[in-house]
Amino acid sequence: MECYEGRMRQSCISPIERLREVARSPVERRNLRNGLLFISPWLLGLVAFTLYPICASFYWSFCRFDGFSPPVFVGLDNYKIMLFEDPLFWRALFNTFYMVIFALPITLVFSLLLSILLNMKVRGQPIYRTILYLPSIAPVIAVSVLWLWLLNPEYGLINRLFHFVGINMVGWLIDPKLAKPALIIMGLWQVGGSVLIFLAGLQEVPTHLYEAADVDGAGILTKFWHVTLPMLSPIILFNLIMGIIGYFQYFTQAFVMTQGGPQDATLFYALQLFNRAFLDFELGYASAMAWLLFILILAATIIVLRTSRRWVYYEGETRG
Amino acid sequence: MRRIIIGNMKKRNFIYEVSGHGILLLFSLLFFVPFYWMVMTSLKSDNEIFTLKVKWLPAVFRWNNYKEAILFIPFLRYLVNTLIICFFNVAGAVLSCSLAAYGFSRIRWFGRDILFIVLLSTMMLSGQVTMLPVFRIFRALGWIGTFLPLIVPSFLGSAFFIFLLRQFFMGIPHELSEAAVLDGCTELGIYARVILPLARPALLTVALFTFLWNWNDFMGPLIYLTDNSKYTLAVGLQQFLGQHDTEWSMLMALSTLMTLPVIVLFFLTQKTFVKGIALSGIKG
Repeated sequence: MECYEGRMRQSCISPIERLREVARSPVERRNLRNGLLFISPWLLGLVAFTLYPICASFYWSFCRFDGFSPPVFVGLDNYKIMLFEDPLFWRALFNTFYMVIFALPITLVFSLLLSILLNMKVRGQPIYRTILYLPSIAPVIAVSVLWLWLLNPEYGLINRLFHFVGINMVGWLIDPKLAKPALIIMGLWQVGGSVLIFLAGLQEVPTHLYEAADVDGAGILTKFWHVTLPMLSPIILFNLIMGIIGYFQYFTQAFVMTQGGPQDATLFYALQLFNRAFLDFELGYASAMAWLLFILILAATIIVLRTSRRWVYYEGETRG
Repeated sequence: MRRIIIGNMKKRNFIYEVSGHGILLLFSLLFFVPFYWMVMTSLKSDNEIFTLKVKWLPAVFRWNNYKEAILFIPFLRYLVNTLIICFFNVAGAVLSCSLAAYGFSRIRWFGRDILFIVLLSTMMLSGQVTMLPVFRIFRALGWIGTFLPLIVPSFLGSAFFIFLLRQFFMGIPHELSEAAVLDGCTELGIYARVILPLARPALLTVALFTFLWNWNDFMGPLIYLTDNSKYTLAVGLQQFLGQHDTEWSMLMALSTLMTLPVIVLFFLTQKTFVKGIALSGIKG
């Protein structure tokens, strides 16, 4: 975002004058035409797959609409039903917040710790990095099937191993209390992506900062707290926001592994939205859910960005 | 005195190495075991699968499980379908995103920066908002049950890849374009003969991630493909799970077959891969 060369030049005249200038100059006209031609595929996509859908789903969210007969305007009914009459909606919202509030911090701390381990100067580090990274690129569907098997209450490897230490028959995906924790554990296996991003950040931390801390006699924990964490904070922020977006839209694993069960314990927002749209054909209601989801994600992101001023440290910036 | 310090450092380094390897080995083992278990289960007989003992190795490696699994579902059909979708998506994404990125970086035109901000803001929109109307568009076109809804959008650009390529194109010196103009090149000529060859690493990143994304994609094929003969591997595997959720050897064989190409691709393109992830934070 750093390069807006055009802005300085344009800012001194009004857009209308600028437009006249463009219309007069053959070079400017040609550039405008060429520029628009080059981006025309994207422009077409923008209109067909973004702008029109935004308007349509916004309108539908105020309609009763089954996708076949024309939409009937019903005002705020969908939103009212959603907020006051639909227990499944609140269930899905609760489950999704559960993931954002528990799974996300756990996953972030875990991936930060892994990245610190993978940043140690030991021989064979590339091999460790590869092994810890690979699970994250495996197709989510294959991973879901695999973990369904690992978590199988009777014959699954995890319960078989638990058996050795005297814990018997943990009903991972059949116990409403354990279903979400089971999904969180599965998610920990796939943190490779954010680990890699943390790792890239760790390698950017200038060594002279650690050397200076050494001179001051700082221990490992002090260095971690006062050097590593502040230097890494922009990347923590990035991973946090990516995590928020991801967990609010958590879908495939639940769809494949539990279909929302047991007792709606893994009925997440995106899954409920999918069911409303493609099983119940309530496109109006589903559109209302989609808009609320978007607002929730946006609000969470803005809150995080607001608070980030207090804890994110950008190099070369003096803090007031 | 000095010798003592050096001795201490050596000792500390030794402890560092040993404890480092210890913890890393432990985690590597934990992360590796699920894959190992997947492959081993795929090679076991049902007797060995449904047992209360932990059998780390099958008595006999039943490679036949793979043959059975491939024949049980139209695996080849699914594979070909997936590859067709992947191929057109890669072609579409590389073409449309590089064109748009060129327009956003190498030509200066009125309104460019505003449209670029529009592009960036579309990245914030969550997919659920647009999903239903887009579905309706494709239904109105009569494309449900065909590959078209899964292919055509890639030819109309993707905000993230356009952004990524634009950043790369910005770094290519303008003198090269100017020299090409003097040689009588049109903008399209500069794009094709100057910029694209220089942008190969970035284009490779786009191609790689488009391929992976489509190989792994589940939601798209789930919504748009209605006919068994059109399924991709992802949907095929999920359907198989729904119908035969106790055929663990076959399920593990299919999961292995679906994961293997991704891992091979990772080892072939490790550098592009790692750089791309670090750039983007794309997961799965």
